[in-house]
Amino acid sequence: MLAATVRVTRDLDAAEEAVQDAYVQALTRWGRDGVPARPGAWLTTVARRTALNNLRRQRTLRAKLPLLLMDVDAVPGVEAAALDDAAPIPDDRLRLIFTCCHPALSQEAQVALTLRLVCGVSTPDIAHAFLVAEPTMAARITRAKKKIAAARIPYAVPAARDLPVRVDAVLTVIHLLYATGHTAHSGTNLVRDELTGRALDLARMLRPLLPSEPETAGLLALLLVHQARRATRTDAHGRLLRLEEQDRTAWDRELIAEADLLVVGALRAGPPGRFTLQAAIASLHAQAPSYADTDWPQIRTLYDELLRRWPSPVVALNRAVAVSMVDGPAAALLEVEGLEADGRLTGYRYLPATKADLLTRLGRHAEAAAAYRAALALSDNAAEQEFLQDRLSRTPLP
Amino acid sequence: MTQYAILIFEREAEGGQAPDLPPEILEAHGALPGRIVEKGGKELGGIALEPSATATTIRGDLVTDGPFIETKEALAGVFVIEARDLDHAIELAKMTPIVSGGVEVRPLVALDFSGLTS
Repeated sequence: MLAATVRVTRDLDAAEEAVQDAYVQALTRWGRDGVPARPGAWLTTVARRTALNNLRRQRTLRAKLPLLLMDVDAVPGVEAAALDDAAPIPDDRLRLIFTCCHPALSQEAQVALTLRLVCGVSTPDIAHAFLVAEPTMAARITRAKKKIAAARIPYAVPAARDLPVRVDAVLTVIHLLYATGHTAHSGTNLVRDELTGRALDLARMLRPLLPSEPETAGLLALLLVHQARRATRTDAHGRLLRLEEQDRTAWDRELIAEADLLVVGALRAGPPGRFTLQAAIASLHAQAPSYADTDWPQIRTLYDELLRRWPSPVVALNRAVAVSMVDGPAAALLEVEGLEADGRLTGYRYLPATKADLLTRLGRHAEAAAAYRAALALSDNAAEQEFLQDRLSRTPLP
Repeated sequence: MTQYAILIFEREAEGGQAPDLPPEILEAHGALPGRIVEKGGKELGGIALEPSATATTIRGDLVTDGPFIETKEALAGVFVIEARDLDHAIELAKMTPIVSGGVEVRPLVALDFSGLTS
């Protein structure tokens, strides 16, 4: 009888449960209606039917499960608990963040879902942070949830073979969150602090959950250095300050020391990834006594390595600044002009801004002014515009 | 298990003609169902299409020659697999032999009657 039921369930526990259930039904039914002609066959039939019904129920439940999981919106109060200690156990959080940052979802959706489901930020707040209308953001989140359910994006930590790529996707989302808060094109300080705070929380949370991935330490270190310098990024009037103008005594030494320890640990763990290399560069800047007394040759070496691991034109542009400090502005200008011709950075405001700075240092003021104007035309951030306007007004014109 | 369609897109020869498929690609297609089973999935069936030059398109009452959507890489075939979840489906789909193109993984609308008959 059990074997016959197992054939239906293919699961011994479920079959045993169904058989016991059949005996219970027999006790009541046989007492009322009398013992059937073939009691054994009766029991087997009932057990198999029970098992089948249970299976159907489970299958329906399993199909609905991703929906239930994603439906925290419907339950008021649940969302706020997501980062509390009482909320899901660490493994669940990790599974959830891998689901939210699955490459089958668009990056916009990944960011929105992570904020909504892992951090518990409300949909209107997310919409505000990314400068889109509330219904637009709500629709984006709903679409992503539907895809998770329909395509069965797993609620699981990826296999070891896929882990580095998937971890990189998660770290990219967290970095993007921080960067959005850090350099918000507009929006209030409150929104920005919220985003940077959430990103730091996530980076801190991830490290003990993925101890074998040194890049998690790299990302946390990178964010900590940014955080350590955040108070000096602008002056009292909200004007953007360049690294060389910032008051280094106001940097948070504790955060910088913590970041340094993380960077050293991550570098020891093997060939460094892109977040570790960026953190190493940021950490060198943070520990230098002044802009001029920075270890520029070392920074350029780190940028060479970063460019090798991550051939991005933005990295190449940043590397050009280090080149200008080691080999002079003329050598750097050649590289920037190369990037300009390459075309991949068209519309990227930091390219003309960097070029303008190099031209100024070379005394080519007319060309510098044109480059500042080009950068101004591309910027939509008030603090940045003011900064560029100020630089432009200081450029002597013939 | 969830069912997914794997849509194969391949670059066609000039004028929507069939590309020359190297023998090792054909062989790999033959071995695919077995490899999918080895990885814990199942191939439920598939179809291979004649090249897009043989297609006929109907929009409303208008009948024209050629495929509905003209692309450099044309739909060349579809097969259906069963996989545990999307990650598993991606793992299986990556084994599809491809000359110059790629595959798209799409979940099927769940109409699962298997295992419910007895």
